[in-house]
Amino acid sequence: MRQMKTRVWSKNTRSNLITYGIVIAAYLVVEVMMRAGMISSLLKGLLVPLCMYVILAVSLNLTVGILGELSLGHAGFMCVGAFSSAVFSKCMLEAVPAGGVRFFLAILVGAAFAALFGILVGIPVLRLKGDYLAIVTLAFGEIIKNIVNVIFLGRDSRGFHISTKDAFSLNLEADGEMIINGPQGITGTPQNSSFFIGIILILITLFIVINLVNSRTGRAIMAIRDNRIAAESVGINITKYKLLAFTVSASLAGVAGVLYAHNLSTLAATPKNFGYNMSIMILVFVVLGGIGNIRGSIIAAVVLTLLPEMLRSLNDYRMLIYAVVLIVTMIFTSSPGGRAFRERYSLKLLFGGKNQAKEGE
Amino acid sequence: MMGFISYLVNGISLGSVYAIIALGYTMVYGIAKMLNFAHGDVIMIGGFVVFTTVSGMGLPPMIGILISVVACTVLGVVIERIAYKPLRGASKLAVLITAIGVSYFLQNVALLIYGANTKSFTSVVTIPPLSLAGGSLIISGETMVTITACIVIMIVLTSFIKYSKSGRAMLAVSEDSGAAQLMGVNVNATIALTFAIGSALAAIAGVLLCSSYPSLTPYTGAMPGIKAFVAAVFGGIGSIPGAFIGGILLGVIEILGKAYISSQLADAIVFAVLIVVLLVKPTGLLGRQIQEKV
Amino acid sequence: MGLLEVKDLGISFGGLRAVDDFHMTIEQGQLYGLIGPNGAGKTTVFNLLTGVYKPTDGYILLDGENITGKKTIEINQHGVARTFQNIRLFGELTVLDNVKVGLHNHHKYSTLAGILRLPKYYKVEKEMDAIAMDLLKVFELDGEADYKASNLPYGKQRKLEIARALATDPKLLLLDEPAAGMNPNETQELMNTIRFVRDKFQMTILLIEHDMRLVSGICEELTVLNFGQILAQGETSAVLNDPKVITAYLGE
Repeated sequence: MRQMKTRVWSKNTRSNLITYGIVIAAYLVVEVMMRAGMISSLLKGLLVPLCMYVILAVSLNLTVGILGELSLGHAGFMCVGAFSSAVFSKCMLEAVPAGGVRFFLAILVGAAFAALFGILVGIPVLRLKGDYLAIVTLAFGEIIKNIVNVIFLGRDSRGFHISTKDAFSLNLEADGEMIINGPQGITGTPQNSSFFIGIILILITLFIVINLVNSRTGRAIMAIRDNRIAAESVGINITKYKLLAFTVSASLAGVAGVLYAHNLSTLAATPKNFGYNMSIMILVFVVLGGIGNIRGSIIAAVVLTLLPEMLRSLNDYRMLIYAVVLIVTMIFTSSPGGRAFRERYSLKLLFGGKNQAKEGE
Repeated sequence: MMGFISYLVNGISLGSVYAIIALGYTMVYGIAKMLNFAHGDVIMIGGFVVFTTVSGMGLPPMIGILISVVACTVLGVVIERIAYKPLRGASKLAVLITAIGVSYFLQNVALLIYGANTKSFTSVVTIPPLSLAGGSLIISGETMVTITACIVIMIVLTSFIKYSKSGRAMLAVSEDSGAAQLMGVNVNATIALTFAIGSALAAIAGVLLCSSYPSLTPYTGAMPGIKAFVAAVFGGIGSIPGAFIGGILLGVIEILGKAYISSQLADAIVFAVLIVVLLVKPTGLLGRQIQEKV
Repeated sequence: MGLLEVKDLGISFGGLRAVDDFHMTIEQGQLYGLIGPNGAGKTTVFNLLTGVYKPTDGYILLDGENITGKKTIEINQHGVARTFQNIRLFGELTVLDNVKVGLHNHHKYSTLAGILRLPKYYKVEKEMDAIAMDLLKVFELDGEADYKASNLPYGKQRKLEIARALATDPKLLLLDEPAAGMNPNETQELMNTIRFVRDKFQMTILLIEHDMRLVSGICEELTVLNFGQILAQGETSAVLNDPKVITAYLGE
């Protein structure tokens, strides 16, 4: 009996260690290649976004794969994390001159604000089911993006001024400073993000998600996913654990937003970065990586971000190819016919998760 | 006061377009139980076909519309056959991702053919505007055509579903496809028919949308698609009267919100109303509540 | 006074009176059967006892405490656990984890302790593993502890559901058609297991069953439901020989 338990435990642990190992190894390889000048500037520019996508995919997998609820508003939480942390960093430029300390605090601020929004959105949303929940998360994401676009925030010697109309109505004094300039967003956020910090944040995200999943709390969350009624019958507090998973997921998306905000000199909320299209793109990573499969999310996020770049020589055709790859992969991995084909030839898929696209109910 | 009525009429007009698109969404959802994310892009294709045939080739508008409807119908059936049919019985999420793939595909095909630049669409409506109340209320020809089209479509579609054999087959499949199959309904043909009708409606919606808002890009269909999806959910997804009511309400809320509250927040208001409705009625205005049996 | 006292219990769905004037007393340690034709309202009684439905009338006392109208999770915490007619396992979790979910409320550490892997995590997880394995052994499922629950054969899934329910440390165990879909050999084996569970854990068990052999073999007392009302109640052999019961089952 004891032997068996250790086996169960160590199988999990080994798999998790491999996941951490892959991330660290990837970091080392890239660092070495960078030193050797083998990495194009284009790819260099992609490194921080890659880390961001990985964090987003892993955190969304917590909602979609582990909790089993389809969320189409993940980018909204990223938006909250990005803006709250950028405002913080901009305001604290003088108060906390040490870049490292300030960025650390900014990450906490971004995570906290995103978590707060996770709770605010989660309480109403998690009462809904299935497709209704999906569309409402999409709606919340769009609302967050829209609202950020009408905020004008400035600061002068009299304190903070906020308006939803325009910059003039703030009545800033001559020495005043614009912090959020409506649709133009925030300019001059300190660029503290780096590939190294991105990797550290990925590792922290993995640590949180993996340990959460393999704990009493994670079991309760997955029990709700697998059978809500049975979970209730053994005394699991459904609302509490759903909200907990959703909030942690939102908070980590906020961290990805912090990374994003501190990687650019200008931060503005556009349909491209914080709209539903972004949420959908992250969902694609999660589904292709294998629902509930954390390592799969990482690999899918990296491959699918690099794929369009690799296809850059094909120019106009690259997004078309991407679309075709998406459709073909889904048919191949998830259709009854595709499954039979795979089993017959026992193919190990590139994105072979152990439970491919299991329905999250 | 006239301002308000004018906004209201515009809202109903926009809402009519949403309603026509939402009908396609809701029918497909009711029958195939899938969120067809590519539906919005079929609208865009419909718009481009008219653009090419009418503005490009100089064909009469009616012929252009007819070609567009036929093209979109074929497109809808082909998409269903190639992308969705193999996934019947697969998880909902897999179908959703495939639909997203189809959406990307259509957008990028249009991008390859027409480029990213905005094309200005010439309205196909030649009816002169109607001037009411001594010229203080002007209703454009597009508005009248759009609202009329929506009402006609509603009536025809409802009677088709109620009285024709194929229509009743659709109802049966949406109720319980397994049982329908046992009763001799050809489920595959019914699903294909649903996609055909939905896509034909999308083509009409595309023409109407582009006539009222005359700019066309490969991404034109995306946002109206999402809004129509919201309208369908709002009215209770799967319900045809629900899609109609949801569409109209959404259009009115959007235009009034734009006029009286904030043009930038109009979308946020639309989405906020959806959230409130779903919190009060978790399956939409006319949706059916299904309780899980213990 | 019994462990479970039910008085005047009733529920209406719209105009339909699904259960009416239901009453029963189950003594500590008893094996009690609830039988009746299909649609008689047996599962509805279970759903009332476990808080899935709120009764329109009457009250339920468990060990002297009023649990009427409480939520499912509260009732579970008061000591009622159940299985389901259509098996409801946590299909993607391992067999061991299914039982550990049942231990959730009795062996606790905080979410933070779980994420940070504080010593408490290891201590409690170890306890849980030991208790869960012991439970699995009772049902001869210890060999399949790391299987995915949905991969278990049908009979074993039923057993796992019972093990999971027991893990919540209940005073009263409700089994909804535990022998459904089992062959005579499996049923016989299940009867032995149920008896064993009662003796080993001094458990009070209320079960719904169609299999008359199982009912007459292990139940000490019976309540027969028909059209939502009690048709007969009392000692097993007396109830089964009641002409009204025979008529209800076999027709006129």
